[in-house]
Amino acid sequence: MSPEVLDKVCEREESGVPTDTVDTVLDQYEAKVYKNRKKHLVTVDHTLETPQEIAANVRTIPGMLTHRGCCYAGCKGVVLGPVKDALTIVHGPIGCSFYTWGTRRHKAVTEEDGLNLVPYVFSTDMRETDIVFGGEKKLMSAIEEGLELFNPSAVFICSTCPVGLIGDDIHAVAARAEARFGVKCVAFSCEGYKGVSQSAGHHIASNQIIRRVIGETDTPPEGEFSVNILGEYNIGGDSWETERLLHRCGIEVVSVMTGDGSVTDMQRSHMAGLNIVQCHRSINYIAEMMNTQYGIDWIKVNFVGIKATCKSLRAIGQYFADQGLIDRIEAVIADELEELDEDFQYYKSRLEGKTAALYVGGSRSHHYQQLLRDYGMSTVLAGYEFAHRDDYEGHEIRDSIKIDADNKNIENLQVEPVEGKYRVRFSPDKIEELKKDIDGFEYYEGMIKEMDNGTLMVDDLNHFETEEFVKALKPDVFFSGIKDKFVLQKGGIMSRQLHSYDYKGPYAGFKGAINFAHDLVMGLYTPVWSQVVPPWRSTPVLTGTVGGEK
Amino acid sequence: MLDATPRDSVMERHALVANPCKTCQPVGAIYAALGVHGTMPHSHGSQGCVAFHRMFLTRHFKEPAMASTSAFTEGASVFGGGANLKTSVRNIFSIYDPDLIAVHTTCLSETIGDDLHSFISEIEVPEGKRVIYCSTPSYQGSHVTGFSSMAAGFITHLAEKTGQPTGKAMVVPGFVNPGDMRELKKHLDAFDIDYTMVPDTTGVMDAPMTGTFELYPKGGTPLDDIVALGDAKYSFALGPWASDACVNALKRKHDVEYTSLPLPMGIAATDAWIMALSQYSGTPVPYVIEEERGQLVDCMLDAHQYLDKKRVAIAGDPDTVLGLTAFALECGMIPAFIGTGTPGGGFEGKVKELLDAAGIEEGTCWYKSETDYFEMHQRIIQEPVDLLLGPSLWKQIAKAEDTPLVRAGFPIIDRYVHSYLPIVGYKGAMRLLEKMLDALMDRQDAECADEDLEFVM
Repeated sequence: MSPEVLDKVCEREESGVPTDTVDTVLDQYEAKVYKNRKKHLVTVDHTLETPQEIAANVRTIPGMLTHRGCCYAGCKGVVLGPVKDALTIVHGPIGCSFYTWGTRRHKAVTEEDGLNLVPYVFSTDMRETDIVFGGEKKLMSAIEEGLELFNPSAVFICSTCPVGLIGDDIHAVAARAEARFGVKCVAFSCEGYKGVSQSAGHHIASNQIIRRVIGETDTPPEGEFSVNILGEYNIGGDSWETERLLHRCGIEVVSVMTGDGSVTDMQRSHMAGLNIVQCHRSINYIAEMMNTQYGIDWIKVNFVGIKATCKSLRAIGQYFADQGLIDRIEAVIADELEELDEDFQYYKSRLEGKTAALYVGGSRSHHYQQLLRDYGMSTVLAGYEFAHRDDYEGHEIRDSIKIDADNKNIENLQVEPVEGKYRVRFSPDKIEELKKDIDGFEYYEGMIKEMDNGTLMVDDLNHFETEEFVKALKPDVFFSGIKDKFVLQKGGIMSRQLHSYDYKGPYAGFKGAINFAHDLVMGLYTPVWSQVVPPWRSTPVLTGTVGGEK
Repeated sequence: MLDATPRDSVMERHALVANPCKTCQPVGAIYAALGVHGTMPHSHGSQGCVAFHRMFLTRHFKEPAMASTSAFTEGASVFGGGANLKTSVRNIFSIYDPDLIAVHTTCLSETIGDDLHSFISEIEVPEGKRVIYCSTPSYQGSHVTGFSSMAAGFITHLAEKTGQPTGKAMVVPGFVNPGDMRELKKHLDAFDIDYTMVPDTTGVMDAPMTGTFELYPKGGTPLDDIVALGDAKYSFALGPWASDACVNALKRKHDVEYTSLPLPMGIAATDAWIMALSQYSGTPVPYVIEEERGQLVDCMLDAHQYLDKKRVAIAGDPDTVLGLTAFALECGMIPAFIGTGTPGGGFEGKVKELLDAAGIEEGTCWYKSETDYFEMHQRIIQEPVDLLLGPSLWKQIAKAEDTPLVRAGFPIIDRYVHSYLPIVGYKGAMRLLEKMLDALMDRQDAECADEDLEFVM
């Protein structure tokens, strides 16, 4: 596929979203809700002099049917769940642990002689007596039993709501266990009520990984060019597809945080040449703190989308500035594009002109717009469940983010350069140059710049708004999660899950782009849609008779 | 698969639960609440609880599972969730307009001691609308307990006695799928019994594709019918863990007598249910039902040689596990491992009764309440089985041990259609029979030598 073709599919068009859509929806709310939700709904307009602002990472109003989850889900479910060689014990009643069992599709392969605990979940199954008398003893016993069974690299302890309330000190238990058993034990105070969404949990997990895991061993990378992939959780095998491309280009992957990841790899991740960040929201903390502590630079990449993948690979080449590497990257891109061209043209012919709505977590709603653009599709609505303002508006607005009562309780870890481990990669002047030359060099532009005038950007979309916007915008496909997939499908809108990929994938990289289009075409064109209305609803089967005549 | 599980011995654990065979109360409470028409289930806790529960129910039923949350923050956890509940109720009625909000608690709101009774009595509820609640602390019981508490909550808060007998029977179907509820209704209809099923998720969690999403689908027990249960004639509880609390509540509140039966799974338990209906209605068992029973027995006899003495491991919720165990025994199988994660209720004694009645020698079968899949796996490694029976949570063990799995019960999150079809009644038993035979016979066909492939079986 020629670059011209790609550029053409990426031409921006004005969307056909009626200008009063947001008002029509908001007008149905009572005053208090109206006032709150108004700030979370933006009709994108790049012609305005002042950049548009959106309210994000603030409390959900109770009773709205939000799709948001909790702090624990972000910490244990998202960031820690994929780490395969740690024994992650959930300290709490059984449910919290149960719901993270095998349900997020962060794939992990068992390496020879390696420990893979991803197919398991562990809980202290707190009972009423533990709530009344405290559960620290039980937690200690659980650690002991887990160590005896698995001999893991580390023990992670995640707390749930009641643990924080009854005052069990999981950090003290972790310290005692570490001293007693000689195994690294890290506690994560990720009680579900903390913060306003999963996002708090990402932050708490990141803080502890920085504090207790990264920088522990100094085994250097083998190759000349090496990276860590941050914010890539290997859903449906995405990380493996990304790694396949990097390896083809001759780039070594030191660690992935945290898809198919391990404590062992993370411990030496500071030795890598560069951090590349896929999911900005969940893990930019680590990228920025590693930058301060170890001098390792980071680039915001995106391996979802054909054009985006090319751009991301090229950015890495540009960073290392090695002609051999740059040539290899170009050769790999040319080869991969040639291989997918026939499929790409076919799927594009089936998808071009279709419209989409996206409501996912904190990065994918942006990433997938780029993939949809590759196929000539446009986005009419995009929203995040738990993003912050910078994920929408870009890093430039960071200083204007207000700290509120919910956020200030999430520790903002302050780090310093680590003596003996901080390495200067480039001079300050060179860094400034890289910032100019490489899109996403220590910078995230945010989602809004991707979006066309007149499209909708929504934060913390709720069920009511989903139904209303679908009625108004009539997208051909709505990408979302399991909670509203069947709501949309029942209403006749094709819906695919972008959290779990509906148990398919990978969707990352070049091959992923084809998988994605295949699944989308399958869903849009399945013959089942034509059976929704029974024939007797459109063709009368009863012949009328008058006055009972025969 | 499950490569980390030590294979040389079984480790006794007292603190660590690994790969649980139960989950927490609120998810059951939501499922029960979805079985009452026009109801919005509401979780009084942090957002994550309801996000997980909706996710999980949707994965089992492949249907929307609507529920709202009080969205506790750290502040609410310290100062109490009264204000959050008040705001929730106002917003839910104003935006989503249900007839009833069914609130359940979580470990969070229970631990801080939120008093739902006083909260709700202080909340302004619009004319003609209702808010009820039940207590479902996640650190007690299991999802089955939550179902049972919410079902009882409907009676406690809603059922009224006017003194005008309705002549109706209340039927509590147990923590079963809509497909099972439809089968139970078929039985009731065969005896012309006038009944109210509570809860009734038919038409809600198995709603048809029409091209229009309904926030409150056609199905579910009508609210007025629950109110009228105070004047009911009698009630039936199917599956004591899930259903006894509800019939007890009606007995306590309005003195309605009841019969509690095991879930009608397999022959004997279905016989007991059918005879109870016959006795209650004063109607002889209709031929259509006797015919179904005869067909089931016919099939079991036809195929007995493929199941006889096959070793099966059974797990899941206690009412379902007892039903599956009884049916396995009726088929001549050996239920070598029988486990549930749900505590209490005399599970082990009831298993023993079934085994004794079938003449199984003591020590042949291992059974335990409050076990987990990790323990059962370690035991199965020591003494392999021919078949696994229960939720899809067996899946990894099935792969690790290369053992066929027949899915039955809750949750089944990796297959389609299952929730539309019954495992209760004679028809449900016939479905299970077919599934077990297919699993074992497909395996025989796949594994036998070419010269041993049986063209006719």
